[in-house]
Amino acid sequence: MVSLIENEVQADMTSPGVSDKVFVTTAAVREQLMMALSAMLPADAMLSRPEELRPYECDALSAYRVLPMLVVLPYTEAQVIHVLKCCHRMGVPVVARGAGTGLAAGALPHDQGVVLSLARFNKILALDPQACTATVQPGVRNLAISEAAAPYGLYYAPDPSSQIACTIGGNVAENSGGVHCLKYGLTVHNVLRIRVVTIEGEVVEIGGGAPDHAGYDMLALLIGSEGMLAVTTEVTVKLVPKPQLAVCIMASFNDVVKAGNAVADVIAAGIIPAGLEMMDGPTVAAVEDYLHAGYDLKAAAILLCESDGTPDEVAEEVARMRAVLEHSGATDIRVSRDEAERLKFWAGRKAAFPAAGRLSPDYYCMDGTIPRKRLGEMLQAISGMEEKYNLKCINVFHAGDGNLHPLIMFDANIPGELERTEAFGNEILTLSVALGGTITGEHGVGLEKINAMCVQFANDERTLFHRIKQAFDAEGLLNPGKAVPTLHRCAEFGRMHVHHGQLPHPDLPRF
Amino acid sequence: MNTTATPVAEPLNDTLRDWQKQIRECAAHASPLRIAGAGSKHFYGHAVQADAVLETAKHQGVIDYEPTELVVTARCGTPLAEVEALVAKNGQMLAFEAPHFGGGATVGGAVATGLSGPRRMAVGALRDFVLGASLLDGRGDLLHFGGQVMKNVAGYDVSRLMVGALGTLGVVTQASLKVLPVSRTELTLRFNLNAPDALKWLHARLNLPLPISASAWHADALMVRLSGAEAAVSAARKSLGGDEMPEAVAQAHWNALRHQQHNFFAIAANEQLWRLSLPTTTHNLLPEFAQWIEWNGAQRWLRVTADQDVAATAKLIRQAAHQAGGHATLFRASADWQNQVGVFHPLAPAMATLQNKLRHQFDPAGIFNRGCFGSLHSV
Repeated sequence: MVSLIENEVQADMTSPGVSDKVFVTTAAVREQLMMALSAMLPADAMLSRPEELRPYECDALSAYRVLPMLVVLPYTEAQVIHVLKCCHRMGVPVVARGAGTGLAAGALPHDQGVVLSLARFNKILALDPQACTATVQPGVRNLAISEAAAPYGLYYAPDPSSQIACTIGGNVAENSGGVHCLKYGLTVHNVLRIRVVTIEGEVVEIGGGAPDHAGYDMLALLIGSEGMLAVTTEVTVKLVPKPQLAVCIMASFNDVVKAGNAVADVIAAGIIPAGLEMMDGPTVAAVEDYLHAGYDLKAAAILLCESDGTPDEVAEEVARMRAVLEHSGATDIRVSRDEAERLKFWAGRKAAFPAAGRLSPDYYCMDGTIPRKRLGEMLQAISGMEEKYNLKCINVFHAGDGNLHPLIMFDANIPGELERTEAFGNEILTLSVALGGTITGEHGVGLEKINAMCVQFANDERTLFHRIKQAFDAEGLLNPGKAVPTLHRCAEFGRMHVHHGQLPHPDLPRF
Repeated sequence: MNTTATPVAEPLNDTLRDWQKQIRECAAHASPLRIAGAGSKHFYGHAVQADAVLETAKHQGVIDYEPTELVVTARCGTPLAEVEALVAKNGQMLAFEAPHFGGGATVGGAVATGLSGPRRMAVGALRDFVLGASLLDGRGDLLHFGGQVMKNVAGYDVSRLMVGALGTLGVVTQASLKVLPVSRTELTLRFNLNAPDALKWLHARLNLPLPISASAWHADALMVRLSGAEAAVSAARKSLGGDEMPEAVAQAHWNALRHQQHNFFAIAANEQLWRLSLPTTTHNLLPEFAQWIEWNGAQRWLRVTADQDVAATAKLIRQAAHQAGGHATLFRASADWQNQVGVFHPLAPAMATLQNKLRHQFDPAGIFNRGCFGSLHSV
């Protein structure tokens, strides 16, 4: 048999992550790979014609598009193992993919590689209502878990806004959050076990039904590793009892800094709200124009503050929240009287992105996180940047955990605006890091924020990240070029460019 | 790193320079180095082979604490008690209730052992509260991961990986920990139940929205602590029944359990203390041994009188834990027994390979706390 290792490596392998590996998969290798794969994959599990590959060329960050060499859609774990072993043997890159709702080009294909779609791993394998756990395949949608658990009065807590479409496998890869994570935690706090396959085709069980395990906390390392270390084939999540009642307070402020301080005041009062969200005045105006939800158009900022629990508990907490918000200078306070009104309050927050799409042909979304106390400072800085770059920016925040989603409005058809937008965005991320925060709170690095990783981490940290990768995937075949920039890549620049408000899943609520 | 202006990243000060030098010298000669804090958890894990000791206990100080940010950042040698007292002044707590086991227990020791206390099932384990860490790896490089914010998905979660690694991946020089408000109301109920009935009682309530913040069964008494909003606690108090314990008695009870000051944990020379970590719904296991059952059934302490056949007893306990879907740790025992039967539950071969590779990347010369995982890792 001829040697199948074709891929040329131009990196200094003694020091991982100095420069990107360049993979070249020749036509002959592609042919042999398809032959090898077809030994275990049925014909309908392999896509190779350009028109079949097209739907996989991007995830929800559609500004980045690459046609993969091949797409495989295995049905079984044995097939996944076979795919990984074949690719490993032939030195072909593999990009795992869930629903493709990611916002950072984390599932962007490699043009010399295989997209490994887990779409057919869509079964709920077990649900134990007494132990409060569900074991599911990675292609099961986030919301489908809660729907399956609902008859038992249970649900899966992390609720990224795309939860009707995004999969649990993708959530594990990104360590997804949601609007309730201040109280209920991120994916890493709610996953008990994963079963993964390494690039070498080894199956590894990580975590389990017990609360802890011998050796290192590999679950913490794997969750949020953006498909760089292994491919998940099973996930066991923790389910929690559904609160009997949720009530939302909508509070108006005549000053954004006051609203920011009110967030700190709520926390200082010893309250951990189920959700704590903020929109600035321009966002409120955009949303109200779009939805007519009855938002306060005079407000410079609006806070949504949610309490959940038993009716008595909620009544007690809402009274305390209300007192704090009044003391913090809220000019108007409304408390949802029923579930319909609570959902109406939230509808505006969830429609912030489509509303932004009506204001401007294009927008660019950021995902920095900062300490809550720096919120006012950040808002003032952004307002200065609006003048500096002559571009409008509207702001929505997961205020409770300091996660910002500023939306910079621009028109890509006007020469120079895209460049100014990118500079604006970069300045926000750089400031997030300088204020003690991070470049990404929940969307992940993917390819989009690869440049900003150079701002957040020094060479030594990035080198350690590459070393961790080396321990799992010495040839760097899993999701090459993502999540951690090489020293050379650090000059590269990423962006999220939404043209005319068109995301690949425009019907999905976002952020 | 561009964030040196913030307290997230510990700057390279004189202490860290000394440590760096010590680590680099040891690494150059592949000479093993023991990392020592206050020594309160020195008993945990296999004895470390070392030519030298890196002392962390003097590297003290809370670097940053902002109650409204819900985070406290402290150097590794800072006494846990000091951090707990500081946050308590602001009505907050380190909710994972890490055991001290002795005077002077440090933040670094808590992170390295990763142990959590009675509140674990209600709020999460210590690892769930780690937001960031600075560390010196086996090359002596000072590295910073995570930060002080709740949501941060930039890069692999290295700070959380440090938890429970027993120092084998690096010296954690400082850590940022999430804090939570103390519960507005707290009370403890007592029920007279034998072990099977106590487990049935707990298991019947796992999926109900009750404010149970701790549970412990021993000697036919089940203690259940309720914490939360006044309305929630008083409603649960009414629906659950049982006898309410006087506050001071209850507090003493939970503290004694958390720090293992109860007589049960004072093992004699011919005894062993085993810790079982199990799925909560596991039925009553190994009733022939005296037990404390915590964490709604997920954590069980077994006091074992070591007869001639220590190996057979260890095998029995490990098999029972394994079959139930959990693992068993020889928590307290003589060094001889530790060596004879191993402290930690064996890893599956594929997992052991991965963990060894990972360790080699962090500490290529294998200098940190060599041997503390026993045969779990090859170094």
